[in-house]
Amino acid sequence: MGLLFIDGNQAVAMGAMHAGCRFFASYPITPASNLLAAMLDTLPAAGGIALQGEDEIASIGYCLGASMAGMKVMTATSGPGLSLYSENISFAIAGEIPIVIVNIMRQGPSTGSATRGADGDVQFMRWGCSGGLPVIVLAPADVNDCFTLTVHAFNLAEQFRCPVIIASNKEIGMTSGTLDMERVEKPAVLDRTLHEAGPFLPFQVKPGEDVPPFLPIGGPILVRQTSSTHGPDGYITTNPSEIQAGVERLQRKIDSKAESFSYFDLEERKGARTLLVAYGVTAGAARTAAAELSENQNIPASLLILKTLWPVPEQVLQAAAVGKERILVVEMNLGQYLQEIQRVLCNQRVDFYGKMSGQLISPTEIIEEVTRG
Amino acid sequence: MDSLLNSDRPPVFCPGCSHDRSVHTLDRALKEMGLKGSDVVIVSDIGCSGLFDTFFKTHAFHGLHGRALTYAGGIKLARPHLKVIVTMGDGGLGIGGAHFLAACRRNLDLSLLVLNNFNFGMTGGQFSCTTPEQASVASSFLNVLEKPFDVCDAAVCAGAPFVARSSVYRKDLPELLAAAITFEGFAVVDLWGGCPARYLKKNPLSPKEIESAIEKLPPYQGVVSTNRRREYSSHYREEAAKKTAGVDWHGIEKTFEPTVNERREVVFLGSAGQRVITGGTLLGRAAISAGMNVTQKNDYHITVMRGPSVTEVIVSPQAITYTGVGKPDVIIALSKEGVQKRWGLFERMTKRGRIILAAGVEIPTTDAQVEEVAFKAGGIKKKERALAALYLMARDRDPITPEMLEEALQQSFQGKRLEEARLVLEKAATVLTH
Repeated sequence: MGLLFIDGNQAVAMGAMHAGCRFFASYPITPASNLLAAMLDTLPAAGGIALQGEDEIASIGYCLGASMAGMKVMTATSGPGLSLYSENISFAIAGEIPIVIVNIMRQGPSTGSATRGADGDVQFMRWGCSGGLPVIVLAPADVNDCFTLTVHAFNLAEQFRCPVIIASNKEIGMTSGTLDMERVEKPAVLDRTLHEAGPFLPFQVKPGEDVPPFLPIGGPILVRQTSSTHGPDGYITTNPSEIQAGVERLQRKIDSKAESFSYFDLEERKGARTLLVAYGVTAGAARTAAAELSENQNIPASLLILKTLWPVPEQVLQAAAVGKERILVVEMNLGQYLQEIQRVLCNQRVDFYGKMSGQLISPTEIIEEVTRG
Repeated sequence: MDSLLNSDRPPVFCPGCSHDRSVHTLDRALKEMGLKGSDVVIVSDIGCSGLFDTFFKTHAFHGLHGRALTYAGGIKLARPHLKVIVTMGDGGLGIGGAHFLAACRRNLDLSLLVLNNFNFGMTGGQFSCTTPEQASVASSFLNVLEKPFDVCDAAVCAGAPFVARSSVYRKDLPELLAAAITFEGFAVVDLWGGCPARYLKKNPLSPKEIESAIEKLPPYQGVVSTNRRREYSSHYREEAAKKTAGVDWHGIEKTFEPTVNERREVVFLGSAGQRVITGGTLLGRAAISAGMNVTQKNDYHITVMRGPSVTEVIVSPQAITYTGVGKPDVIIALSKEGVQKRWGLFERMTKRGRIILAAGVEIPTTDAQVEEVAFKAGGIKKKERALAALYLMARDRDPITPEMLEEALQQSFQGKRLEEARLVLEKAATVLTH
């Protein structure tokens, strides 16, 4: 085996194929369009379905229908399209419909700059839906992550029956890099848990569990899906205790397991007084900066690269921050994830460096910020 | 066959509501067709039509307002054997207009029942896309200003191969619904009825008046012969079976040793049509054949076949973390607009830097070594210059060699295109001298 020379979007497509994705639908939008092209190149020939929807709402709608019919599904877009997905994301949360959503972020707000990267949707991905219930958001830093985290994303969507968003960026999605298929981490592929025996209620969980076993629409046993507030039987309910139990379970099923999928890289350096925190494409610049600081400038800095953004990996952050005088959060926006880190590390000094000019944050800028502090 | 009505959940519509009739008529159609509950999925929209799924013992999908056709499409493509019935009001049709037109054009085997009662019942009787101009509704005078939408005209126009309009009171409606459900393709039935709670009070409309209003319109009774064509799902599978997978899981093998031991940053500054991005990709593939890591980042201009074209390639025996360019090691400056796009890059270059400059292109003052190349005088066409510049780098074995470049050409091109590329390199070797 040799090295593949592919961009992040193509690596997401390969991760999806590896994870068993059978259905893909999206609407063309830069910088996510070549993911649609990659899925059209791959899925139909493998017996799956790849569609170009008439708009973003339709694209995610096709996916939700196919997911309820038992297929592993994925859609891809950028900020403007994510806005149109919003209502269906709420539905996927409420209806516990597994789906992987790839958001190749671009410079916003609004139409913004189609071919310039940014990480401006970080809070939007978490809160851009009604009801405020948790979603899972994973952030790849390079083509390797694009492959591996896509497999994780499918596993999490299937395991927890929920939407999982891959927070990519034009600078990752449309930048080619080398991927070694032999060495890249390939997580074991997980499928959703199926109902096995006994009477079936579509949203009934087993004692001690929080995720209802699944059966597909179209099988011998009748299945109901509904966007209405429902009880275990999938019919609309107005019973306050049933409603409360339902939303608490939707929150608990994700939040209580968050530590099991808090993906991160930690470069701990002896004597480091500063902890750099970065994610996405900025993680690469931060790696270069941290290495330069410790190797050539005798200012060792530790580096935490977050690959799970939501739920916030609080324990990871707290552990990495122990004994640090200063936490420096670097992100390609005006300070979004910063707020989470300030919340989690409320007793520590948390500083910020970021910009949203359509240009990458460079290692030099990060080094300047570290040495200034 | 038995009724598919859900005996635990009888219909809860207002007294005199036409939807009640539609529920029972649909049940009669399903019964006559001999369908089991597990053969059918009812995909319901929002509003009163959104209650339909709960009254049947079938598979059920109740989603968002106006989007029922999208879920139905996903279900049908995933489970082609299912009878997929969509119930939607005139409200859902309006908000989901794009999906309605797309479904007509696409011709997936879905059956759409538009439960058309000329208003938004559940939200208080506001006007919808089918409300007549003269009706009195809860949206003040707004419906006076808009022309109502003819569901059937639009469906035929958009390509639906089965289109029917009927009053819910028609005696042979079960047969019509059965014909729509049996039809292999997208079937639309525009079902007219009355909403006693919100519409009929101010706009009295008897079943007879509905019948006669429909009779005055052009008749739509089912198959539209001019729109008959292949059903999407089966056609999709037939076309997909002809495709071969276009993904390379293997990659480029290491066959050479790297010629450099540290990172090199190469920037191509050219114009659309100069095959600048292809040049960058060839450089990348050449370096990979020596086991090196590579990134390539393109700068996309808003125009396609005009304007600047910029690509940044980083080649390194070590892992590449930062994918941006700091101090370029090589700039290949092929056009004025490309150079202008990255004017500031030149001043960052060191004395060790190399600029391969197309003769006649102006660049800023720089510390780097400038190598002016007479591409034009040498007969090297615009689209050949990026590749010719690669020849110069390969000749000097930094960061690639001629052998690596040949390997990259073989990885990238076949037949005539490969021969043409080799000819460019031969031409470059002949005409480009130091």
